[in-house]
Amino acid sequence: MAEKEVKLMKGNEVIAHAAIRYGCDGYFGYPITPQSEVMETLMELKPWETTGMVVLQAESEIASVNMLYGGAATGKRVMTSSSSPGVSLMSEGMSYLAGAELPCLIVNCQRGGPGLGTIQPSQGDYFQACKGGAHGDFHLIVLAPNSVQEMHDFVADAFDLAFKYRNPAMILADGAIGQMMEKVTLSPQRPRRTEAEIEEECKSWAIFGKTPDRPRNVVTSLELRSEEMEKINLRLQAKYKAMEENEVRYEAIECDDADYVIVAFGSSARICSATVELARNEGLKVGLLRPITLYPFPTKVIAELATRVKGFLSAELNAGQMVQDVKLAVNGAVPVEHYGRQGGSLFTPDEVLQALKDKIINRG
Amino acid sequence: MKETLIIAGFGGQGVLSMGKILAYAGVMQDYEVTWMPSYGPEMRGGTANVTVILSDKRISSPIAHEYDTAIILNQQSMDKFEPLVKPGGTLIYDVNGITRHPVRKDIHVYTINATEECARMGNARLFNTMILGGYLKVCPVVSMDNVMAGLKKSLPERAWKMLPANEEAIKHGGEIIHKV
Repeated sequence: MAEKEVKLMKGNEVIAHAAIRYGCDGYFGYPITPQSEVMETLMELKPWETTGMVVLQAESEIASVNMLYGGAATGKRVMTSSSSPGVSLMSEGMSYLAGAELPCLIVNCQRGGPGLGTIQPSQGDYFQACKGGAHGDFHLIVLAPNSVQEMHDFVADAFDLAFKYRNPAMILADGAIGQMMEKVTLSPQRPRRTEAEIEEECKSWAIFGKTPDRPRNVVTSLELRSEEMEKINLRLQAKYKAMEENEVRYEAIECDDADYVIVAFGSSARICSATVELARNEGLKVGLLRPITLYPFPTKVIAELATRVKGFLSAELNAGQMVQDVKLAVNGAVPVEHYGRQGGSLFTPDEVLQALKDKIINRG
Repeated sequence: MKETLIIAGFGGQGVLSMGKILAYAGVMQDYEVTWMPSYGPEMRGGTANVTVILSDKRISSPIAHEYDTAIILNQQSMDKFEPLVKPGGTLIYDVNGITRHPVRKDIHVYTINATEECARMGNARLFNTMILGGYLKVCPVVSMDNVMAGLKKSLPERAWKMLPANEEAIKHGGEIIHKV
């Protein structure tokens, strides 16, 4: 069994290593820049020869997500990865996965849109990831890594949460985190679950082939009787409520004495952590609140901060998406503004500081 | 110690690989490291650049708005990155193809004619390690042992026969870099 190892790796490469080491059972995907290294690395590592993990290049993203549905229905740890346009193709499948309450992992290494857009980094899929992104009232569990190490760690975290709540989980990364190389500590290899372990863990819902000694499990999102469907909806909403109570994760940097707080996630949060350093060097009390779970969103934490800071800036690589959730949390208590770049452009730490001064600190 | 470096030139000049060698060397030297490339079509002939940060502390932003050192290998990159070198910082450039030379007086400027030297030696593939050698002469952020270990790590095994020639190129790069 492999020990912990420190490596220099791209975020995308690390997803592949982490999946194998977590004991993932299957990966189904289709190539798209800037996340193609995920499947390339899996193919190079040939886990089917070691752990027995299946790696399959499907004929399309639509096929990938439906293979995910099939694998998840049997209680296996299965995953896919793609980038924005490919994730859109998967959105129908995500609604079905959520409706059938199937745990699985979807990695979105975002690029700029709409449409085919650009292959450069973006955070334009926040709405898609956090507000359902397909039909019906549902949520994905959404984790936003800001480093190559978190790309590694969140594979295990996302699978654990997905199985805890029987709900699809997403790692919402972007081209910057996917393509960047950093040092990463790889976890030791865990064995894949045996058939017996999976059956024990998932016997109440997964399908293994019916035996006479137990009732039939049916995996479906279809329920034509409205009174029954409403019960399912209420159960799903109760589950989301439990996630909001128990699973919110965030990082607060220099927020304790802050007069102003930047809210940023993923690659933006890395950039903005340098903005905080620049601001503090100028004597400005600026903090950074980094939501790690985008759904469930750290609403309470932001609401509490709003009672003692003078304003928030939501810095995102989009035209203003997460800022809506920040505003809901702040609920008018203090000013909330957005600063963003689009089209695959990144902002720099000093640029965000200037925006904070212009829009919040020196506002008339 | 914190070194924020941009290497910028044409795709195919070995810009990203040069950054990768340094990043691996940084890991060997127990530094925190980020390697942030431009990726996509520019790798196939357009401009390409990579930001490498080596630090003895946790690295906040992998994206920089100013650089301690810029290694410039074409005119577009000169136009873009000369203004972004920190005052007192370092700019190293290969004179080949440069029509507008750097004008700033508040930075240290060095030239290295690696294009011509590689042509003379008949091996254009040593270009990036020669440039790297020049950089390390001026900014010895990592040891030669770690650079060689980094070079080995960043090359596939089939290319290891090129290691001695590259080691020579790194040493030679240190001999042909000149302060302006």
